[in-house]
Amino acid sequence: MTGQAVYITGVAEGPLGKVSDQTELSMMGQATRAALAEAGLREADVDGLFVRYRTTEPLVEHTVEFGEYMGIRPRFADSTDIGGGSFEAFVHHALLAVAAGRCEVALLAYASRQRSRRSRSMLLAPDDYTLSGQFEAPYGILSPIGQYALIAARHMHQYGTTPAQLAEVAVAARRWAQRNPKAFVRDPLSVDDVLASEMVSSPLRRLDCCLMTDGSAAVVVTTAARSRDAAKRAVRVLGAGESHSHWHISQMPDLTVSPGVVSGREAFGMAGIRPSEVDFLEPYDNFTSAVIMHLEDLGFCAKGEGGPFVEQGALAPGGRLPAMTSGGGLSYNHPGMLGLLLLVEAVRQLRGEAGDRQVPDARLGVVHGIGGVSFGAAATVVLARD
Amino acid sequence: MTDPTGAFGDPLHAPFWDAARRHELVVQRCRSCGAHQFFARLFCLACRGEELEWVRASGLGTVYSMTTVHRQVSPDFAVPYVNALVTLDEGPRLLTTLVGPPCAIGARVRVTWKERAGAPPLPVFTPVGESG
Repeated sequence: MTGQAVYITGVAEGPLGKVSDQTELSMMGQATRAALAEAGLREADVDGLFVRYRTTEPLVEHTVEFGEYMGIRPRFADSTDIGGGSFEAFVHHALLAVAAGRCEVALLAYASRQRSRRSRSMLLAPDDYTLSGQFEAPYGILSPIGQYALIAARHMHQYGTTPAQLAEVAVAARRWAQRNPKAFVRDPLSVDDVLASEMVSSPLRRLDCCLMTDGSAAVVVTTAARSRDAAKRAVRVLGAGESHSHWHISQMPDLTVSPGVVSGREAFGMAGIRPSEVDFLEPYDNFTSAVIMHLEDLGFCAKGEGGPFVEQGALAPGGRLPAMTSGGGLSYNHPGMLGLLLLVEAVRQLRGEAGDRQVPDARLGVVHGIGGVSFGAAATVVLARD
Repeated sequence: MTDPTGAFGDPLHAPFWDAARRHELVVQRCRSCGAHQFFARLFCLACRGEELEWVRASGLGTVYSMTTVHRQVSPDFAVPYVNALVTLDEGPRLLTTLVGPPCAIGARVRVTWKERAGAPPLPVFTPVGESG
């Protein structure tokens, strides 16, 4: 990699779960102040702003409105939207901007009150002028569960992946969540419990699907020089990559392959690492079936072998590839877009401050975000303890 | 059924809906390389040629994947119903609904039309009989 080394020096969750007394802006602001405090920096130091959030307001320019709220005037601004994995893409962009000297202190922020606002509809809106309104909505597909169900059904058909293997992913996430006091659900969960939960859009059952919570987070990306201001151990960004291939499910070239193949290859290549060296994985677990595909697309196993890979607690505490260590979107929190919270957890693991859920001697972690209602976008980040 | 809305569809796809009123399933075909595509574009995604025509598809295809919806979220969609991706014999893939007898991934299906109030008929698919 060219340019100077780049670090994450502050991370924070803002309010999580169900948030009735704040706005998205104030939640991001609270997370920002906590992340900056960890980084030993102030708002006035921030010259790069990377923001997305979820409101019910259709017309919002994300970095602009949040910059106003915080009193931050960046010289580098980015509100890229590739869905929930936008924040892994933000790390990629911030890495390049900081390394090139176009900004020195990059702040990433996110918030959503989708649970409190009940703002999420499962049906697409029919119309006669958008592609989705004309050619998807009239069929009543549940979005995004239906698109992911079509993907999972094809994976099962092609590779023999089973409902019990999907359930193993949910159980692993729950076992991590039981070790995380901030997790939204911590009750014991078995494979049989998952298989007995309501079928929503086959083969996906309710417990194959992520939570819908409120939530917020902030992350600071900066230079080696500025990392010396940090109160805690800085974590190095070794590599990052991103890609996307389609928006509509009918246009997905191969339902069993996501653009994570490309984003993973880019990130691992930039970092100069192999999957076998990775100590833990923070995969975007919007659906259990997606995690199985992430493992394949990132090269932790061969295509089609993700199902057998997750058996016998491979992703759970003590497993061969600890994954979803916060409890993930399935059991910790999933505030519409999960990507920034995945980064927060990975940094805490690499600092060795994850408490009861600490992965022993965690030195190399991978955060894999995805986006799109049809698994169409991906961004991957490789982080290391220096 | 008369369509009270008159013109329907975005400017690129109005020909699709005009054909749908005649119960004809159409897709774009490239005059240069012969590739079929859907959604419509002003160029061919395969060869980047710019001479495209709408042609009637055979209406036959194969189920690439399918999901049965069990959660009722709107009175407009009575559960259970089956959403599917159908790969047309001409190549393009459509999101659709399967109607008629149950079938599985890999099944051969043909287009049929669901009449709608205030909008052109919607293409849905049903398994083909033994005679194909």
